[in-house]
Amino acid sequence: MDQPPVKLEAIDVHLDYYNERMKRRLVVLDKINMTVSKGEVVCIVGPSGCGKSSFLNAVGGLLPITDGQLRLNGRQIRGPGPDRAIVFQHDSLFPWRSVLHNVMYGLSLQGKHSKHEIQERSRYFVNLVGLDGFEDHYPSELSGGMRQRVNIARALAVDPEVLLLDEPFAALDSQTREFMQLELLKILARAQKTAVFITHQIDEAVFIANKVAVFSARPAKIKEVVAIDYSGERTLDFKHSTEFLHLQQKIWRLIDVVTIGTEAEMI
Amino acid sequence: METILDEAESPSIVERRRSPRPGFWSRNETWILGTISVSAFLLFWQYSVSAGLVNPLFTSSPIRIVRTAIDMFSQGEIYNDIKVSGIEFLWGYALSILVGVPMGILMGWYRRINAIFEPFVSALYASPRIALVPLMVIWFGIGLGSKIAIIFLGAVFPILINMVTGVRTVDRDFIKVARAFGASDRQLFATVVFPSTVPMLLAGLRLGLGHALIGIVVGEMYAATAGIGYMISVAGSTFRTSQVMVGVIMIAGLGVGLTEALRAIERRFERWRPDNRR
Ligand SMILES: Nc1ncnc2c1ncn2[C@@H]1O[C@H](COP(=O)(O)OP(=O)(O)O)[C@@H](O)[C@H]1O
Ligand SMILES: [Mg+2]
Repeated sequence: MDQPPVKLEAIDVHLDYYNERMKRRLVVLDKINMTVSKGEVVCIVGPSGCGKSSFLNAVGGLLPITDGQLRLNGRQIRGPGPDRAIVFQHDSLFPWRSVLHNVMYGLSLQGKHSKHEIQERSRYFVNLVGLDGFEDHYPSELSGGMRQRVNIARALAVDPEVLLLDEPFAALDSQTREFMQLELLKILARAQKTAVFITHQIDEAVFIANKVAVFSARPAKIKEVVAIDYSGERTLDFKHSTEFLHLQQKIWRLIDVVTIGTEAEMI
Repeated sequence: METILDEAESPSIVERRRSPRPGFWSRNETWILGTISVSAFLLFWQYSVSAGLVNPLFTSSPIRIVRTAIDMFSQGEIYNDIKVSGIEFLWGYALSILVGVPMGILMGWYRRINAIFEPFVSALYASPRIALVPLMVIWFGIGLGSKIAIIFLGAVFPILINMVTGVRTVDRDFIKVARAFGASDRQLFATVVFPSTVPMLLAGLRLGLGHALIGIVVGEMYAATAGIGYMISVAGSTFRTSQVMVGVIMIAGLGVGLTEALRAIERRFERWRPDNRR
C-alpha cells in the first residue's frame, strides 16, 4: 500500500505571546511536531486555553510562530493562502450577504474566475452541504446548524487543500451536532479533503478523526497521537462499539491528567 | 434522516409563510393615531384664535399661516430665500460628508491618525459651535462662505464621530475571516469594513442633517442678506408671526423630508436585518 504524501508538517513549532497583565512572554506552543497526510482528518483535543486555536491560526497563516517550521506541501507557511481555509467556531457569516454570496466570498476575493463561474461553483457547494433552495436567504433566517453548514461551504468553495476547523460544532445542540458530524464526514470524503479539526468533545474527535493529537496544558506539547484505526464506515454503529468506548477512555485519561495539572498551575 | 432534520431546522421560515396577515388596524395604527393627534392640535389652535381666546399677533393660526404662505409664494421674494438657503445647505452638507466620512474612516482605522486629530475633534465637538459664528463671519464675510462654514462645522462632527465608532466596532471575527481568505487591505475595506459601518454612517448623516439645518438658521440670523433664516429673523423682529411660522414650517418640512429619504436608503441597505423584511 502506498503511503499518502505528507500535506502538512509542524516541526518544533514554538509560539509565545506577550501577556500585558503579567508583563512577560507566555509560551503557548512548545515544540509541537505533527504531520498530516493527504486525505487525513486529524483532531486536536486538549484543555481549554492550552493553545489549540493558536496552533490552528498559525497553520492558517494568521499568526506568525516564534520558532520552528510549519510547512504545507514542503513549503513554509508565511501567511494566509488559498490552499487553506478556516472554519471558526463562531460562524461569522457576513449578515449582509445572502447564503450564496457568503459562499462566493473567498472566490470573489481571488478575482481569478468570472462572476458566473464563481456563482456556479458556489451553488455546487451550497448543494453539497444540503442547503439548496436557501441560496437567497440571509444568515439571520437560518438556524445555527444551517449557518455552520454555510460556514463550511464558504471554506470549501475556495477548494483548499487543507480545511482547518476550530470547534465548528461547539455551539450546536447535541442532536444537530451528531448530524453535522456525519455530514462533515460525507462532505470531506466527497471533496477528498485533508482536515485539521479542533474539538473539546472527545467522542466527536474519535468519531471523525484518523488521528487524535492530545495537547497538554499550556505550554502545549503533544502528549500523544492516538490513531483511530477503524476500517468500517463511520456510522452510529461505530459510536456504539466497544472499540469506540476504549478509544474514548484512552483519550479521556490522557486529558484527565492534563486537566488536574492545569488546576494545580492555576492555584 | 436528512430531510427530516432539514425541516426541523427551519421552523422560522415555515412559520413566517403561514402566519396570518395582521389586521387593518394593527397595520395602520401608527399613522392613523398620528393623523388624529395632529388634526386635533390644528383644530384646537384654530379654535382658540377664532374664539378670541388668544391673540393671533403672538400665535398666528393655521388659516393665517396658509394665507400668508400663498401670499409669499405669489409675490415671489421667497424663491430667492429658498435658493440662497438651499445652496448654502447643499455646499455645507456635501462638504461635511466629503470630509467627515474619509476622516472618520482614517481615524477609526489608524490609531496614530486618531491620536493626532482626536483632541481637535473632541474640543470642537464639545464646544457650542454657535460661539464660532462671529469668527466665521469675520473670516468668510456675511455671504455664502460663512454660512457654508457654519453648516459644515455643525454637520461634520456627528458624521465623523459616527464613522469612527462604526469602523472601531467592526466585528473582529469578520476581519479574521476576510484575512483568512487572503483579503488585501483594500478588499478588507470594501467587503467588511464598509458594509459594517453603513448603519453608523447613515445614522451619522441623519444627525448631521439636523445640525446642518440649525446651521442655516443660526448663520442667517446672525448676519445675512437673504435666506429663509434671514426671512424668519426679519419677520420676527417686525412681529409678522405668520411669516415666521411659514419659515419654520419650511425648514421643518425639509428636515422631515430628507430624514425620510435617508431612512429609505437605510432600509434599502439593511434588507438583511430581520425586522426590515416583510
Ligand atoms: N492574541 C493573543 N494575545 C495574547 N495572548 C493570547 C492571544 N490569543 C490567545 N492568547 C493566550 O494563549 C493561550 C492559548 O489560547 P488559545 O490558542 O485560544 O487556546 P485554546 O484554543 O486551546 O482554548 C491562552 O492562555 C490565551 O489567553
Ligand atoms: Mg480555542
